[in-house]
Amino acid sequence: MIDLTPFWDWFRELYATTGIKLTIFYDAFDRARFANGFLTSIQLMGLCIVASIVIGVLGAWAQGSRLRLVRAVTAAYIQFFRNTPPLVQLYFFYFALGSYLHVTNNLGLAVPIVSNFTWAAICLSLYAGAFNVEIFRAGIEAVPSETVDAAEALGYGRLAAYMHVILPLAFRISLPALNNNLVNLVKTTTIAYAIAVPEMLYVANQIWSDELNVPEMMNVLLVIYVALVGVVVYVMGRWERAMRVPGYMP
Amino acid sequence: MLRRAFMAGIFAVASALLASVPLSAQTLDKIKQRGVLVVGTKADYKPFGFRDPSGKIVGFEPDLAKDVADRLGVRLELEPVVSANRMQFLQQGKIDLMLATMNVTDERKKSVGIVEPSYYASGVNVFVSRKIALKRWDQLKGQKVCGIQGAFFNKYVPENYGADIVAFRGQNEAETALQQGNCVGWLYDDTAFQERLADPKWAAFEMPLETILTEPWGAAVRLEERDGPWGQFMAKTIADWHRTGKLIETEKKWNISPSAFLRKAREQNP
Repeated sequence: MIDLTPFWDWFRELYATTGIKLTIFYDAFDRARFANGFLTSIQLMGLCIVASIVIGVLGAWAQGSRLRLVRAVTAAYIQFFRNTPPLVQLYFFYFALGSYLHVTNNLGLAVPIVSNFTWAAICLSLYAGAFNVEIFRAGIEAVPSETVDAAEALGYGRLAAYMHVILPLAFRISLPALNNNLVNLVKTTTIAYAIAVPEMLYVANQIWSDELNVPEMMNVLLVIYVALVGVVVYVMGRWERAMRVPGYMP
Repeated sequence: MLRRAFMAGIFAVASALLASVPLSAQTLDKIKQRGVLVVGTKADYKPFGFRDPSGKIVGFEPDLAKDVADRLGVRLELEPVVSANRMQFLQQGKIDLMLATMNVTDERKKSVGIVEPSYYASGVNVFVSRKIALKRWDQLKGQKVCGIQGAFFNKYVPENYGADIVAFRGQNEAETALQQGNCVGWLYDDTAFQERLADPKWAAFEMPLETILTEPWGAAVRLEERDGPWGQFMAKTIADWHRTGKLIETEKKWNISPSAFLRKAREQNP
């Protein structure tokens, strides 16, 4: 284990000489809670990205279903989640819906089944998922009908054609728009602080309330989010290039 | 190209760090000129600052704010604040004076101009269900405890007793989270629980621990004005409140159980 004490002390020195107060480096308590906040944010982002893509793929398939009910349910889901602000959804899930989902623990107290982190993950996945459905639908509609007809002529069923022909092509077309939505999702995870999920914004808020170093923490947040979004954009860009079909895509 | 972008980023960060522009002093003149005094008070802290059924902010602190406005002969405007933004509002000049249940701490003295003497005091306690039968502070170790963002003891209590604080923006959210069992108890000012303890709705709850961290409440002006005319005016006004019994009278008006702090202050300045 490398001894980081001199590194941390440099920040203490920085505060003493310049007044730039980065307690998240030299104060062990703040460092631990900020690190936890960072990890919670990453977890939330990771979970929501994966879940929202899965929702998008399933939703886009359900939209083309032959059953009217399935199409209606999908449309209702998209309208509900796309047309309401994510913060309102979060409050609705946590405070309104959460109040009905209780179990009684051994002390005889009613405790919620779903934690605030889980609610945030569910809510943000569904929110971003609703946009992803529309993004994938746009991609699916851009797949030439001749290609679909050719797949059918070769004996593919609806699901098989979707999985092996339509989706792989649609996915490539959808990637730039998906990229945008995922960047948005990464930034939207900060609203989880409203229901006290200890992610980065929440923790930063706690720290600046205690240490009164608002400008420093704001800047730390800014830098970290720029870096995180940069990572998402980079990974998506690599993926886009790796999936390119030579000659097919413009 | 990349290096230039990097340098631009560094510059943006550095300029943001330096951007705490001092606002011009002489708030007192400005208030008289405008004919309006803007005071930041709580709007979710019954009975110290809350909204009446018509939506107007009333309570112990709004009454004190009204007295300040009357002394200046200007109109009063109340700006609702929460713990996490009250000092920033003052620093940014959004409010002229803060009367928002703020405990005096050494750190806060460096950020805002806390006026002496203090006008009230509160300690820290936990509001919990009787079923938990809480006896000691260290029993909170590893337990989720609701709190309010911006309270100074949100760091002290986890550090010393190992409680896991789940902090919300205002009292309404914390209260709902407590009712729904998202935390075992609610850590906050003992003064905030007084009224709830008398409320039959909260009969299943108690405030069982010994109150800790009793600290005075300070009115605040901008840091650079603490010793200027505006700060001095407020210091004189608050001393006056103690001398004339205005604070004890206002406390009675809002049915707040008599605080030891005010009685002691009265005895010291007969």
